[in-house]
Amino acid sequence: MSLLQVKNVSKNFGSLLAVNDVSMTVEPGELRAVIGPNGAGKTTFFNLISGFLTPSAGRIIFDGDDVTHLLPARRVWRGIARTFQITEVFPELTIRENLRIAVEVAGGYRLRMWQSRDADSEVRASVVDLLEMSGLTEKADRLVGELAHGDQRATEIMMALALKPRLLLLDEPTAGMGDQETYDITQLIRKLHRERKLTIVLIEHDMRVVFHLADRIMVLDQGKFLAEGTPQEIAANEAVQAAYLGKVAA
Amino acid sequence: MSELLNLESGRKLAALVAILAALVLAPFWMPLLGGYTALGTRVLVLGLAAMSVNFLLGFTGVLSFGHAAWFGIGAYGCGMILKFIALSTPLGILAGTLAGGLAGAVLGALIVRRRGVYFAMVTIAFGQVFYYIAFQWSSVTGGDDGLRPFYRQPLHLGVATLDILNDATAFYYFVLVCFVLAVAAMAFILRSPFGRTMLAIRENERRARFLGIPVELHIWIAFTLSCFFMAYAGSLYALVNNFADPRGLHYSQSGDFVMMAVMGGMRSFWGPLLGAIVFVVFQDYVSSVTINWQIFIGFLFVLVVLFFPRGLLGFLQQRRGA
Repeated sequence: MSLLQVKNVSKNFGSLLAVNDVSMTVEPGELRAVIGPNGAGKTTFFNLISGFLTPSAGRIIFDGDDVTHLLPARRVWRGIARTFQITEVFPELTIRENLRIAVEVAGGYRLRMWQSRDADSEVRASVVDLLEMSGLTEKADRLVGELAHGDQRATEIMMALALKPRLLLLDEPTAGMGDQETYDITQLIRKLHRERKLTIVLIEHDMRVVFHLADRIMVLDQGKFLAEGTPQEIAANEAVQAAYLGKVAA
Repeated sequence: MSELLNLESGRKLAALVAILAALVLAPFWMPLLGGYTALGTRVLVLGLAAMSVNFLLGFTGVLSFGHAAWFGIGAYGCGMILKFIALSTPLGILAGTLAGGLAGAVLGALIVRRRGVYFAMVTIAFGQVFYYIAFQWSSVTGGDDGLRPFYRQPLHLGVATLDILNDATAFYYFVLVCFVLAVAAMAFILRSPFGRTMLAIRENERRARFLGIPVELHIWIAFTLSCFFMAYAGSLYALVNNFADPRGLHYSQSGDFVMMAVMGGMRSFWGPLLGAIVFVVFQDYVSSVTINWQIFIGFLFVLVVLFFPRGLLGFLQQRRGA
């Protein structure tokens, strides 16, 4: 069964139709990229899946259940985690504390006003695992707000991962990064996909990253579905080329 | 690195021991500096109130500008028990704490969706409702004259009786024990998983929500806890004065508590206590010189906010860290 089925969703802001009748099906274990020129409605589309916005029309089915009108926190509990285009972390806490909060929430401890020693050491161990996987161990006790952009982004991805999601949504994970940072984040995502068999949907502008990572690509243009296929198919698609090149020509 | 961590926690432990020692020994060293024991008692109670405001402001990032309401309800609740129902100090504290805490819980549920300035405005409005009730309902509350007469009662501890009514030092130590219990509870909660979700909400509400934290529920719980601490402090305040005053519910009183928290340092656990010390001591000395003492407090507040945005304690910690 498909993990995520987006069925004919639309979203309008007043008279602006940001997402217009778009459908998408994601299979378990797949890494799907969503691309498109600026203003194509990619982030709005993401916001509909994660519950940041509710669709004006259409339905969202996650693992067989209709989640179209669930609040964000409830979607997280069902296994949908996301990152944001502008990194959202807890800047005045350390990386370790950032991850710890995510691990505790995922473990169901968020309302506890006391913590047993066992549970506490379990949480600490999970945090250490996440730090090692992301290569952030050495910076673990520094405030996230003081770190380089790439490290903040890695922290955010690891926080999302701490939730043990079944679907990870990454909104432009390499936005605003230099070559080395882009490479590191790409490797991290690749590792999560390959080793953890995590289902990932990502929005990305950097085509090197997209073609390096994605199993399948969906293209949006001006809020509408334009094309979908393997990276080879998309590269050869004339409508896609027109949408991108048309921008340049105009 | 673990050495670094040990150094840090060792430092914190040393600071804690120093603070406790200073508080325990206050009746001995304060007179040397021209203070008196009752002043120390007031500092403890108002400091506890400022720390309760800061539990919400500094650690959840939510500014309530009506917290005097819960403080005042606690004071009236405690006073009414002593005046009308039973001559028992513990029962008074219990009743006052419950009354203010539960009132806060109910009203908190109505307003947790508001944010920022709107939240502050709504809390002012609710606070003023209670102020006017206390002010107008003379037959029960004593109206403008306040609730009186009632007196805190000696404590019967089985083998001995502690005369907290007439012995100022005994009363100081009683309040200190009450203070330490509440502050320990606060510290305990802040170090728990729930306490960390409060920090998460303060730091980034959107991230907190998308980690699966139901933000409104957590703010409501933090708000309610803060109201209980506040009402507890208010109950003690009624005992300090043997009097409950409608002005204790007024928004200007709320403002004083916020001022103490901000002046002392709202990101630090002990900051509001330092703020309360400065505020109360300043008030005590300056008001004996001029009735316009508030001008000077206001001036001091402006100076602190302009030059030490992290508060007095935040500034001291920063200097030490540098």
